[in-house]
Amino acid sequence: MRRLAALFLLLAGIGCGFARAAPGGTLRLVTASASGSFDPQINYTNRYWEIFQAMYDGLVSFAKTSGPESFKVVPDLATAIPAPADHGTTYVFHLRPGIEFSNGEPVTVQAVVHSFRRLFRVNSPNAGTWYDVIIGGRRCAAHPRHCSLPGLVGNAAEGTVTFHLRHPDSEFLDQLAVPFASILPADTPEHDMGTTPIPGTGAYMARSYSPASGIVLVRNPHFREWSAAAQPGGFPDRIDYHFGLTAEAQVSAVENGQYDWMFEDVPADRLNEIATRYTRQVHINPVNYFFYLPMNIHIPPFNDKDARLAVEYAVNRASMVKLFGGPALAAPTCQILPPEMPGYRPYCPYTKNPGAKWSAPDWRKARAYMKKSGMTGQPVTIITEVQSPFREIGIYLQSVLNRLGFRASVKPLSPDIEFTYIQNSANKVQISVTDWAQDYAAPSDFLNVLFSCKSFHPASDDSINMTGFCDPAIDREMQKAIVLSVRHPRQGDALWAHVDHQITRRALVASLFSVKKLDFVSARLRNFTFSGEYFFLPQLAMVK
Amino acid sequence: MSAVAEKLAEPLPPPAAGYWATALRKLRRDRAAMAALVVLAVITLLCALAPFYARDVAHADPFQSNLSGTTIVHGRRVEVLAPADNPLHLGIEPIGPTWRFGPYMLGADQQGRDVAARLLYGGRNSLLIAFASAAICLILAALTGLAAGFFGGWTDRIISAVLDVIWAFPVFLLAISLSVVLIAHGVRIGPLLIDASSLSLPILIVGVIYVPYVARPVRGRVIQLRESEFVLASVGLGVPPWRILLIDILPNVVSTLVVFAPLIVALNMLTESALSFLSIGVQPPHASWGTIIGNGEALIYTRPMVAIAPGIAIVLTVLALNILGDGLRDALDPRAKLRN
Repeated sequence: MRRLAALFLLLAGIGCGFARAAPGGTLRLVTASASGSFDPQINYTNRYWEIFQAMYDGLVSFAKTSGPESFKVVPDLATAIPAPADHGTTYVFHLRPGIEFSNGEPVTVQAVVHSFRRLFRVNSPNAGTWYDVIIGGRRCAAHPRHCSLPGLVGNAAEGTVTFHLRHPDSEFLDQLAVPFASILPADTPEHDMGTTPIPGTGAYMARSYSPASGIVLVRNPHFREWSAAAQPGGFPDRIDYHFGLTAEAQVSAVENGQYDWMFEDVPADRLNEIATRYTRQVHINPVNYFFYLPMNIHIPPFNDKDARLAVEYAVNRASMVKLFGGPALAAPTCQILPPEMPGYRPYCPYTKNPGAKWSAPDWRKARAYMKKSGMTGQPVTIITEVQSPFREIGIYLQSVLNRLGFRASVKPLSPDIEFTYIQNSANKVQISVTDWAQDYAAPSDFLNVLFSCKSFHPASDDSINMTGFCDPAIDREMQKAIVLSVRHPRQGDALWAHVDHQITRRALVASLFSVKKLDFVSARLRNFTFSGEYFFLPQLAMVK
Repeated sequence: MSAVAEKLAEPLPPPAAGYWATALRKLRRDRAAMAALVVLAVITLLCALAPFYARDVAHADPFQSNLSGTTIVHGRRVEVLAPADNPLHLGIEPIGPTWRFGPYMLGADQQGRDVAARLLYGGRNSLLIAFASAAICLILAALTGLAAGFFGGWTDRIISAVLDVIWAFPVFLLAISLSVVLIAHGVRIGPLLIDASSLSLPILIVGVIYVPYVARPVRGRVIQLRESEFVLASVGLGVPPWRILLIDILPNVVSTLVVFAPLIVALNMLTESALSFLSIGVQPPHASWGTIIGNGEALIYTRPMVAIAPGIAIVLTVLALNILGDGLRDALDPRAKLRN
């Protein structure tokens, strides 16, 4: 009997050993290719932000957890989140003592000041649009070489850094939490470091980075966990991120256990396979991300609102959802803000039964608006990306526009150039297929960025307001919402909802669908954690 | 009756069969070539009937997306694009082949379009581009080869240098480069504007890239003919050069061009298919076998017929063209060593 009990305990122990994952081991990630510079103040891709969040810290950061909490800004290198003073224009941060970079240098006030000046000097993508709210920021954005940033004051003796803003900004803390605002060593060169990893304060550091083969992350020997919410210690000892497999090959490799997670979206023809045979390895989570059709309101035929309304009513959003993989991965929408975003109030005027939700296209209204516009027979070129699902959406849209009476053609472009091409008004793009994902969960990241006057730069590749829309009255309302949200978030959200509905009624873009993110992981991966901000958090996965 | 008179009274022997008649006879005896010709004729005929198939059999517009449509299979109404049957409700699957002479015989593609109807329409474009670009290629090759070989000197050096430069590029790399550059805005040749979405653009690109492949043998043949006795006699008699080219040389070069024709058509078809597969050949809503394979790539695991059907069509057509080319070579120019 005693022997039997021992055997039972032994088997139970072995079983637990196999079933339970534990810290340690090597996490193997895979993606198709590199994504440019490995400098956290330069790179603006989710592919690297997912890695940077485990390597670098800002004064504050987004909580490294799942669910709505992942949008919450928590203190990181700062001891606490300061209450804004001087009517929301001054923030004083106290630095945590004793934190070191992966090269052993201490984190100092000087390093913080240097990092923010460097952000301007290396022409960080959003230096002129986000961080110009710091006094002196505009001048820094215009003359990066001579940036002194007087609005940022460091006090080494007290271990504080103080930001003075031009006006209250409800998103300033969000902007401090993204990788652009990573704190780097004070001697970091003031140029794009390209393929050379910069030391950081995170739980992991890059042992190697090669755009041809991949990234190897190992534990940072100088890291000690000061806040599990801001920068958790992480479970794997090593994270290998391999480049070079197509999405199809990635699916097979993850199925076979050669990799633990793939970056690319699972191709449409493999969805049924993974959902049937690997159901437990599939994770689906909502994200603030939508697909839409910007229409240029300065050139025919979409300079006529009736022509735009005809498109709005004719587009079958349920069909578009099918092209993305079905209702489990996408939901039709008519408005700009996605469902997970603060300020989202469901609204759809462009459907058979106008109300909160889209139900079906209304061809009677579409044809009536088309007739009223007098644009029948007008040639329209649809610009789209050559890859799925953009190309398929473009081809479908061509059918819709031809049915409406336009003479539509599709021009699929390489993803490398499409996004900048459709932004440049000199290219006279009439309509395009594109998408937009949040930088952080704030309505202005959709509404202000995509539709404000200052986002429209004629004849520039950097003009994210592709419709060319500019209404100073709506701009004023958006600024009011940004300021209002600092102290009164609920009222701010209500104002954002009003702006969202106003812009939707202008029919500047045809919103198609909001999407969910599907992650496909290996059978051995445990503790999959999905952050709304960064998506998959590799450091919290267990594989051993 | 004298012996001479008897001789004169004998009936004359029939005149010797001409060069082309002999070649045609040889070709007709070549069973493989004849079978290939029949296959080509059948494929061409089927493709020509595409509008009738789409209207009367498939009952569908093969260029119109049908994402929310339905059809009847085995007496049941089903969605053309239906949600996949799995626990997570992930993915959408186009209807598979019904294998019945009717709607969706070969299934639907991602846009819910009838694959069989698109296959026939795509074949029209693939054949049109292959033959039209071959015609352009052969005409340009004949002109450049004749001019370089006959006039020699600087004319030959310049033309040969240009052909060498084109030939120095790997053919597919050149085709892809030209397509990527020209597909953005189309191309203007004098007053003629070829739109990016026009079929004329792939015809032009594919037609140009193989010119050196044909022009160089033509030039060699012309140089050989230029030194032949009948041409030297014409020169000695003071016949104008253009007349020598047209009357004495061109007819002797035509057989070389005819032998090349099926091979170039086959090569052009493969090149067009490759470009279209890469989305830089035939542009939507037009289809070709290459674009249909491209569409099928994303369905290769679930609906492989979308890619396999046009693939089979390309293999059959190219195989038939190559066999026909071999037959023509044997019939017209048995000493030719085109494959060396």
